Amino acid sequence: MVANTTDGAGSADAGGPMDALRRRIEGPNTVGNSRGFWIGFTVAVASLVAYPLAVGSYQASRFSLFLVYAFLGLSLSVVWGYAGVLSFGQVVFFGIAGYTFGIVSVNFATPLGITAAFLLGVMGSALVAAVLGYFMFYGGVRDVYVTIITLVSTLVLHTFMAQTAGDEWTIGTAALGGFNGMPTIPTLALGVGGAAFTFDSVTFYYFVLALLIATYLGLRAVVNSDYGRVMVAVREDEDRTRMFGYDVKRTKLAVFTLGGALAGLSGVLYASWGNYVSPQVFELAFASLPVIWVSVGGRKTLLGAVVATVGIEFVRNSLGGEWAFIAVGSLLLVFVLGLPGGIVPWIHRAYVDARGDATASNPPEAETVEVSD
Amino acid sequence: MVNGLNLLFQFLDSFAFIVLAAAGLAIIFGIMGVINLAHGEFIMVGAYATTLANVRLGLPLPVAMLAGVLVSAVFGLVVERVIISGAVPNAVSRRTLGRDIVEPLYDRLADSMVATWGLSLIMVQGVRLTLGNSLDQIGTPLGKLAYGGFSYPTYRVLLAGVAVCVLALTYYVFTRTEYGMRARATIQNKPIASALGVDTERTYMTTFAIGSGVAGLTGALYAPTITMVPSLGGAFLVEAFVAVVVGGPSVVLGTALAGGLLGSINALISNLVGTFFGRIALLVTAILMIRFLPEGITGYVEHVRERRKEGA
Repeated sequence: MVANTTDGAGSADAGGPMDALRRRIEGPNTVGNSRGFWIGFTVAVASLVAYPLAVGSYQASRFSLFLVYAFLGLSLSVVWGYAGVLSFGQVVFFGIAGYTFGIVSVNFATPLGITAAFLLGVMGSALVAAVLGYFMFYGGVRDVYVTIITLVSTLVLHTFMAQTAGDEWTIGTAALGGFNGMPTIPTLALGVGGAAFTFDSVTFYYFVLALLIATYLGLRAVVNSDYGRVMVAVREDEDRTRMFGYDVKRTKLAVFTLGGALAGLSGVLYASWGNYVSPQVFELAFASLPVIWVSVGGRKTLLGAVVATVGIEFVRNSLGGEWAFIAVGSLLLVFVLGLPGGIVPWIHRAYVDARGDATASNPPEAETVEVSD
Repeated sequence: MVNGLNLLFQFLDSFAFIVLAAAGLAIIFGIMGVINLAHGEFIMVGAYATTLANVRLGLPLPVAMLAGVLVSAVFGLVVERVIISGAVPNAVSRRTLGRDIVEPLYDRLADSMVATWGLSLIMVQGVRLTLGNSLDQIGTPLGKLAYGGFSYPTYRVLLAGVAVCVLALTYYVFTRTEYGMRARATIQNKPIASALGVDTERTYMTTFAIGSGVAGLTGALYAPTITMVPSLGGAFLVEAFVAVVVGGPSVVLGTALAGGLLGSINALISNLVGTFFGRIALLVTAILMIRFLPEGITGYVEHVRERRKEGA
């Protein structure tokens, strides 16, 4: 596919540390490689930084949940959009991380304990992703069957966690609480003893925002690296990539584990944001949200995942219960049917076409047609 | 002995539930390569239509059930034309924009999953907004079978018989009728089938309507036994999904075998440990089956048969 040619990253001039940095995070696998994009990016970040000052801490705290979800969106974008593995089970890792964080931090409610819970949550979900990924990819499970296994995994966890109401499901001092979940998870704090810092509403917002920007830029570097090219090759044609001598199974496992860690990060932040986690995170309705965000935003772009996640959640939250699901469902239908590539690649293409100079940016995604075999 | 009977009834119940839930999905997935995540909502349409016809219009239950089947079949037809094949939006866009805007979802597994999931969200919420959070329910007909100190609703035992009939009828339609022949030709090789004069577009349309009708029948049959809430389809979707995957490519045999296997596992574990674990055992079985027999039971049977042929 044209999208994989390498001559797109030539917009940065040689020399200077900024340019060296730009070369690493720009390439054919991401949209936004022009000076104009980075100016826009800076403006967007600046307005996000200013947002809490404008709307106050309550709104900022509400908005930080959408930023937390963006990690979940990113995790699916990496796994599905870049490596071609449609996982319906990113919430498995999200939920496992949330529960792990809850169990550890309730038992050790000191800053050090919470820091450890944070790390254990992320590592635990990455481990679960690695085990599940090994089980699937090295067992020769492919395509839609991966989707179904991940979907069924969320249902297993949902059924399992829902029946943990009894006393035998208390780990240390942390009761899993069945359908009601765990309501007393401490707020996020990082550090040791006196040198610890607790993240309440506005500082939590800035912490999540900084983490999100770092993750986004880091993932851009990953997908534009040589490894990222192999990921995209796996997405485009597994058999051909294997013929070229790449270890397709290992690549998929590595990407799936990375996706698990990202979803886990999201889950840990979610649990500490609301001080709460319940089996609802394993519900089909929640499991489908990442798929919706990423489909609408454009699964082959990291930016699309972030923008669509934050945008859709903002709208869904503002609309409130009744009409939200109808709006989200219609969005999904319209995008899958009319704009299978998603909104960000579409805007990007329109922008490039309008400027009329394809050389300044990478070639637009040539086709949105998937190889569906 | 009484316990054995309990187990038998529980097995029949799970078997009927799994087979009836899966049949419509299996037909649509097997022939069109469309994973219909709105399948549960098609069942819901059947159940709601039956309940409304019986409670509000006062029709006798069998007639109401027939109405449920028809309503969901027609609904399926509309969905197929508007969303799955995109024929309606394309006809409109050809008039106004001069080009097609929608590509059919046939054989696009992931996209069909995402699109039908969107449809299911709209349907559940749409029904909730128009008809409220629940409906008055039809009472379970036919009384109870009493044995020893126990009793079991006759109606639920009857459903196992109906499940077998549905399988037999599906088998008949797909092997003995002209439509069935066209449908099977379309599965095997769509371009050649259409070169030989099969209207594949129409075959798909009919298939989707039949699949939806069967889903509607499931809803109609279970309408007297379950609570009428807009999200009732969710309970069916999972079992249906699992059964289709475990069953494999052969619609009738696969569904029957999957229903037998999963039904017995579910009944046994539910009886021994509890309902929650029965469900977990069913789901874990499904995961293991996909991992070790990705083609499903019937795919494996086919594989063994081919091996034998080569060996002979």
